[in-house]
Amino acid sequence: MSKYTVKNVGEQFLDGLFYKNPVLMQLLGMCATLAVTTSVTNALGMGLSTTAVLICSNIFISLLRKFIPKQIRIASYIVIISGFVTAIQLLIKAYLPDLDKSLGLFIPLIVVNCIILARAESFASKNPVLPSAVDGLAMGLGFTFALSLLASVREIIGSGTFCGIQIMPDFFEPAIIFILPSGAFLTLGFLIALMNKIMNSIKEKDKKKSLETKAAEKEAELAAEEEITVSTEAEVKEEI
Amino acid sequence: MDYLVEILLLMLGAVLVENYIFSKFLGICPFLGVSEKPDTALGMGFAVVFVMTLSSAATWAVYHLILVPFGLEYLETIAFILIIASLVQLIEMFLRKFVPALYGALGIYLPLITTNCAVLGSALLNIQNGYNFIESLAYGFASAVGFTLAIVIFAGVRVRISFAEPPKSFRGTPIALIAAGLIAMAFSGFSGMSF
Repeated sequence: MSKYTVKNVGEQFLDGLFYKNPVLMQLLGMCATLAVTTSVTNALGMGLSTTAVLICSNIFISLLRKFIPKQIRIASYIVIISGFVTAIQLLIKAYLPDLDKSLGLFIPLIVVNCIILARAESFASKNPVLPSAVDGLAMGLGFTFALSLLASVREIIGSGTFCGIQIMPDFFEPAIIFILPSGAFLTLGFLIALMNKIMNSIKEKDKKKSLETKAAEKEAELAAEEEITVSTEAEVKEEI
Repeated sequence: MDYLVEILLLMLGAVLVENYIFSKFLGICPFLGVSEKPDTALGMGFAVVFVMTLSSAATWAVYHLILVPFGLEYLETIAFILIIASLVQLIEMFLRKFVPALYGALGIYLPLITTNCAVLGSALLNIQNGYNFIESLAYGFASAVGFTLAIVIFAGVRVRISFAEPPKSFRGTPIALIAAGLIAMAFSGFSGMSF
């Protein structure tokens, strides 16, 4: 494996937050995403606790990657992950009882959040400790980012607040549908469509750029060839 | 007799009012993943009913007969996920050996169920709500039926969507999510009912 540089770290963060965003691009961890995004505070709590579990499990699985037999790897991953989830669950219960109450069932359900298992299987089991830890952080932050985005839309339109603080004017009638389950599906649908739109335009730009550079290269080649033919013709003439 | 009615109402509530997909957001991954065709959706649904009923019974028994007497309640998440994973494996082996026809129908869906949050969710909810053994069994079964109902309805809608032509950036998942939102809106009509 080549040397691990700052550039790799940057790429990993860009992937986690944007190009391979676990929620918006890979559609992983949908249950938690839809369920806890009724308020920004909940979304941040969920995102950060998932990030903590993801970093810990990535480090651990990366350390153990040479010892875990291939046949039982999924089971071992699940045991490692659920251990960390239990630890986080007890910590939240002890220090943030309000958050524990509002997230409720979804803290233990971090165990079956597909993001964690997906990163374990596709990254941590093949890479050294440091990149795996960074990957956990990047993917976790991407998850938190997507969750807070979704929660901001839902909270502002659905209850007129942001992080529990009233920000919309009094005459604004909150559209409660955005807090209800159907609002979660609708908002996420529109967000992913928006993401697709942005991605498509980036791709088209890249295509145009590559086409332009290709065309320029071709012209240069043609010009070079012409020069060669011209010069050979001149040589031929001189010989005559 | 009253008890029977109570159980029936609990089940009806679990299927419609507290539908796992549309009001509790449990099991969204398979809901979006295996709902392209009604047939596969039905297969997945039956597999979930099968596993969820058995796992409700198994996790209830382990929690009350092993974890509680030894004061190990805080291990419930680890214990439950292991029970579910091994139960799924066991069911798979049992079906392959003794009921090959059923295995042919459900086989490919079984491994997916281990990471289905609905199964772990129902096991945890049984404990949280303090259900007894019969209630746990009924609740697990009914929630799974609710899941099946949701995924089959959604698959039917998705078949229709596949003929439509939404704008380019809405193709695929976004339009499916919006359709799911509309179905959820219909299901939220049940939420006013209380049994």
